[in-house]
Amino acid sequence: MKAKTHGELPAYVDLVLIPATNLVVALLVAGLVVLIIGENPLTALGLLLKGALGSVRGWSYMLYYATNFTFTGLAVAVAFHAGLFNIGGEGQAYVAGLGAAVAGLGLEFLPWPIALVLGIVAAMAMGALWGFIPGYLQARRGSHIVITTIMFNFIAASLMVYLINNWFRPAGRMAVESREITHIALINLRDAGAALGLALPPSPLNATVFLAGLAAWATWYLLWRTRLGYEIRSVGANPEAAVYGGIKLQRIIMITMAISGALAGLMAVNEVLGVHHRLILEFAGGAGFVGIAVALMGRSHPVGVVLAALLFGLLYQGGAELSFAKPAITRDMIVVIQGLVILFMGALEQAFRPLLASLFFEPEKA
Amino acid sequence: MMDQLQLIGEVLASTIRLSTPLILCCLAGLWSERSGIVDIGLEGKMLAGAFAAAAGAIFFQSVWIGLALAILVSIGFSLVHGYAAIAQNGNQVVSGVAINMLTAGLALVLGNNWFHEGGRTPPLPDTLRFMPLTLPGDAALHQVPVVGLFYQVFSGHSLLTYLTFSLVPLSAWAMTRTRFGLRLRAAGENPHAVDTAGISVSGLRYRAVLIAGVLCGIAGAFLSTSLAAGFIKDMSAGRGFMALAALIFANWRTWPALWACLLFGFLSAAGNVLQGTTVGGVPVPVQFINMLPYVMTVVLLAGFIGKSIPPKASGLPYSKDR
Repeated sequence: MKAKTHGELPAYVDLVLIPATNLVVALLVAGLVVLIIGENPLTALGLLLKGALGSVRGWSYMLYYATNFTFTGLAVAVAFHAGLFNIGGEGQAYVAGLGAAVAGLGLEFLPWPIALVLGIVAAMAMGALWGFIPGYLQARRGSHIVITTIMFNFIAASLMVYLINNWFRPAGRMAVESREITHIALINLRDAGAALGLALPPSPLNATVFLAGLAAWATWYLLWRTRLGYEIRSVGANPEAAVYGGIKLQRIIMITMAISGALAGLMAVNEVLGVHHRLILEFAGGAGFVGIAVALMGRSHPVGVVLAALLFGLLYQGGAELSFAKPAITRDMIVVIQGLVILFMGALEQAFRPLLASLFFEPEKA
Repeated sequence: MMDQLQLIGEVLASTIRLSTPLILCCLAGLWSERSGIVDIGLEGKMLAGAFAAAAGAIFFQSVWIGLALAILVSIGFSLVHGYAAIAQNGNQVVSGVAINMLTAGLALVLGNNWFHEGGRTPPLPDTLRFMPLTLPGDAALHQVPVVGLFYQVFSGHSLLTYLTFSLVPLSAWAMTRTRFGLRLRAAGENPHAVDTAGISVSGLRYRAVLIAGVLCGIAGAFLSTSLAAGFIKDMSAGRGFMALAALIFANWRTWPALWACLLFGFLSAAGNVLQGTTVGGVPVPVQFINMLPYVMTVVLLAGFIGKSIPPKASGLPYSKDR
């Protein structure tokens, strides 16, 4: 993905200056859109920041969104390291809901902590399966991973409508959703506060946020401290050299996609077991695609992914508050910003590099 | 018997209607990918076109200006994609994903701002739409057996549909029989050879994304001014991706692309008809019909039935110094 154009620049230029420039340009264009619809971008930015950071409620929602985006961002990032573009995070997270819901509804005979662990494992397993199949098709049959994962998103969408409607929906219920999961519940912020004698506002933020931190650490450990991680990065850096070095390319592709799917699948733990306590339609709600923006922005490093997930969490929560205060700026504005971030930090990554490079190098003298 | 014929006629007519945007997007993808530019952003460009067509028709009180705006807006996004892919050697998939998100968001933000109807445009009156055209002789022959069925299926579509179907032979001819088409395909297979012959690879590829822009714009205009009356949220509903699937199914060739789009259009039409019906007391699982195009594409891509071979250089940026 990276193309060296104008020689080597200091590391901080690549790591900080270029991404920061791209982000600023993306936000400037977003500001332009706000101007076009007749609002003041600076006022909007102020309201957005206040909406996310100005209250306990704002913070808690920001962290709740960031939890989902960390999972989906890590999923995309891990695949990026092996040179694979997993667009299927959305479908993988959605299908993982099956695992979480089956464990939550079917394991009521087990003590809840065991059921919870099995629920997490089942969600990861279903997500992994939905990532593994495209991985298998890429490795063994040569199908392009991008196309297959797109197709799998649509297959997942139809399949889940069928399963939730025909298998999970209790007889006589109109709403297309499963019955309530009462056996497993991840403690949420308000209950945790109440236990400590604090009166906190209701919020979807729950214990899954710790799982997100753990997942980020585990991803870092996997990629930079294990043999498998080394093999994944080798495949991404140079597949031919990796094969020459004795790495089994096909095996790594399949394993990487399964890991990627499992990480996306953890999002189902947050939504199904942590927030809704039931399997509902479309609970992934586009977070799988936000993961692409998050991974690009976080430069595929777990620390970067967590920071980018927090930024997008801020945008989502702040954007929701902003749309209350300024109805002209609807929440769809966040989708615009997301698109701009992907465009400028992904596709046009190198666009400002020559400009920045010219600040570092003297023009060559003939 | 007459009822069943009637039903078959309706499903086939609906197939042609629903195939129209698929064919346009599929041709767009064909031109783009044959030149070496992968286009995941068909969906977004079509959606942008749909919004521009409806908004333009309302502001300027002319469906033709709506159509022109749809094409212009779609070309605009095409050029962004082209610039990223051709001039910046950017990742083409990433750029396509960005365009899909950008257009989905922008249409709603602007639509809400201009019309205050939650992102949709006000419904378009018939005078601001591409309305069904009846083929000559329809009134007289509609009730005649067999011939009537022909009219039922092929008459009463909008101008854009007839335009779309006439673009298929034109596209096939241009791609296989003209100098431009041959050069463009060469740019997608072996750009170095094109470059060595003194022809600009970038120029060819920019022209290819322009064509894709025009076609996606027409597809969008069809959605909001013909198939529906006005723009609504997410009205492209994955058709751009289904067109991509059809393109793979068609092995990146024009005539097979038509058949693939008709097949997928038929599946959509059949799904609509079968919604809520039962066979032997068991409800027909329409979801499985809906997912069939995608499943078929996965199976085909995996080489279990036939083999699909993409253009050799598609998705790869071309730089002279390599």
